[in-house]
Amino acid sequence: MSVAELRDPAVPAGPVGTATERAPRRFSTRFFTSELMLIFGRRRNWVGGLILAAVPILIAIAVKANPPAGGDASNFLNQITGNGIFVALAALVLEMPLFLPIAVASIAGDSVAGEANLGTLRYLLSVPVDRTRLLLVKFGAIAVFALAATLLVALVGALLGLVLFGGGPVLTLSGTLLPFWTGVGRLLLIVVYIAICMTALGGIGLFVSTLTEQPIAATIATLILALGSEISDAIPQLSAIHRFLPTHYWLAFGDLMRDPISYSGILPGLLSAAIYLAIFGTAAWARFGGRDISS
Amino acid sequence: MTRTVTDPAEDRWSEAGPASYPAELAISSAGLTKRFRSGQVAVNAVDLAVPTGSVYGFLGPNGSGKTTTIRLLLGLIRPTAGNHALLGQSMPGHAARVLPRVGALVEGPAFHPYLTGRANLLRLDAADRTVDPGTAGSRIEAALDRVGLLAAAGKRYRHYSLGMRQRLAIAAALLRPRDLLILDEPTNGLDPQGTREVRALLGALAATGTTVVLSTHLLSEVEQICSHVGVMHLGRLVAQGTLADLRARVAPRAQVRTSAPERAATVLRELGLSEVDTETETATGLLGDVAPEKAVAALVHADVPVRGFTLVAADLEEMFVRLTGEGFDVSG
Repeated sequence: MSVAELRDPAVPAGPVGTATERAPRRFSTRFFTSELMLIFGRRRNWVGGLILAAVPILIAIAVKANPPAGGDASNFLNQITGNGIFVALAALVLEMPLFLPIAVASIAGDSVAGEANLGTLRYLLSVPVDRTRLLLVKFGAIAVFALAATLLVALVGALLGLVLFGGGPVLTLSGTLLPFWTGVGRLLLIVVYIAICMTALGGIGLFVSTLTEQPIAATIATLILALGSEISDAIPQLSAIHRFLPTHYWLAFGDLMRDPISYSGILPGLLSAAIYLAIFGTAAWARFGGRDISS
Repeated sequence: MTRTVTDPAEDRWSEAGPASYPAELAISSAGLTKRFRSGQVAVNAVDLAVPTGSVYGFLGPNGSGKTTTIRLLLGLIRPTAGNHALLGQSMPGHAARVLPRVGALVEGPAFHPYLTGRANLLRLDAADRTVDPGTAGSRIEAALDRVGLLAAAGKRYRHYSLGMRQRLAIAAALLRPRDLLILDEPTNGLDPQGTREVRALLGALAATGTTVVLSTHLLSEVEQICSHVGVMHLGRLVAQGTLADLRARVAPRAQVRTSAPERAATVLRELGLSEVDTETETATGLLGDVAPEKAVAALVHADVPVRGFTLVAADLEEMFVRLTGEGFDVSG
């Protein structure tokens, strides 16, 4: 560092003169893009992606090595030998309760608390980044990540399944056969539905993230909320509150594999996600908007 | 000398403070106070007046409220009472318009450890909606060059030394032309060479008209580059003005070289000098209102063998002790 030399003070290298007072552009995607690069460029998140992708790979190899001898058609695992696309569905069923929530909770928990922990939050706010804009950008990035993570599981599962087991008409839970590409469309609908459920969890995580300067604490708290909700959902004596639980409609995505599609679980699921997002988004805004940044 | 607000858009924000702020002040605050939830009053009724174009040394021991004041100025924390303006516009209402013209270093550098120095600057630049994205690359290189970090720009921040981190934080403050720089301990962690470089850089920036506020606990730093000084002590701004004015406020010390220091001391005491002290060959005391020639006459009249009489101007350290009533230690 001793060789480092400053420019001759008389010849400033940077642009000099009076700082211009320009009105901020109403819309700029630069910060959002930067946020996405921060998430998708981070090695930790690549490792997380590998773990998510490992599940469909594990399923495909296990089924190939030891094919099930028919059985319950409502279990996607039993249909894989007939159509590789079911590797994706089986993987999503297995990852929905824990792996996907862990991935989303770690990103959401890190969103604000991580910046506070590093101290970068005070510099972002001094740029200045409006606090509401910061929350919107953080939330948007969480939503993109939720979709990317779900899509990753589905893509790896579908591609590997098709390679190992081939494609063809898709057997629905109602017992009818759908043309292959209609089946692919259904799979994409399922991905979107799961991504929305995960984004709602991310909204809760974003709020928790504004409460602390410890990203791990925010992640764990969000996970406890998700798993606590799943546990409560499994206790029949608590059935009175089941439909208010944030995870209650998560597994309703199976309805998208019926013929015709059943909306009895999907629509309340979307409504539940929207309500949770509204509540926790508002709470995050109220909390973060007036908070003293002392980190 | 107050500026009239002509922009109707500004009136919407004026409820927080006076309708206009003196335009010749880069920073002005009135009664700025922060009481934390713990009950501690970290900043107590501070009235800052930083003239445009000055190099303002914000002086005080660790824990005296300098950093909290800077956080208040930038709108990171809300005041319990009082209001302030940056570059003539009230804060935090005008933050979106004023803060792009303000470069800041608050409580040490903070960056993403797994990004390179350059990528960290790019992230901060991306967050600024008032700059031209097309010039981001050249502005970032120029800022890195100015702080001598160009060679290390591709290294991850986690591998930077403290001095390099400090340089990167200064580079971030220089990503675009600024009218005001608020730098909290900018030479902290730098080696002597780096300290000199940063001082030269600040001098060059001040020469182009940028107002520089420099918080520091190093008296020598203030002595070398500041035109104005504000002294914080226990959350209060105990003194503020030009460096010369503040020095003048502290009475000079008279020093008598004599073979009879005890007799000299007695004479000085009788004249009304305070803090009279003796050593083997000298007697000293603070003159206060007593004219030095009167002191000399009195000493000679009392047959004190005077070999020499000198006036010792107060140095900054003495000035600080005068102003705060105590030494330069950590405030409680």
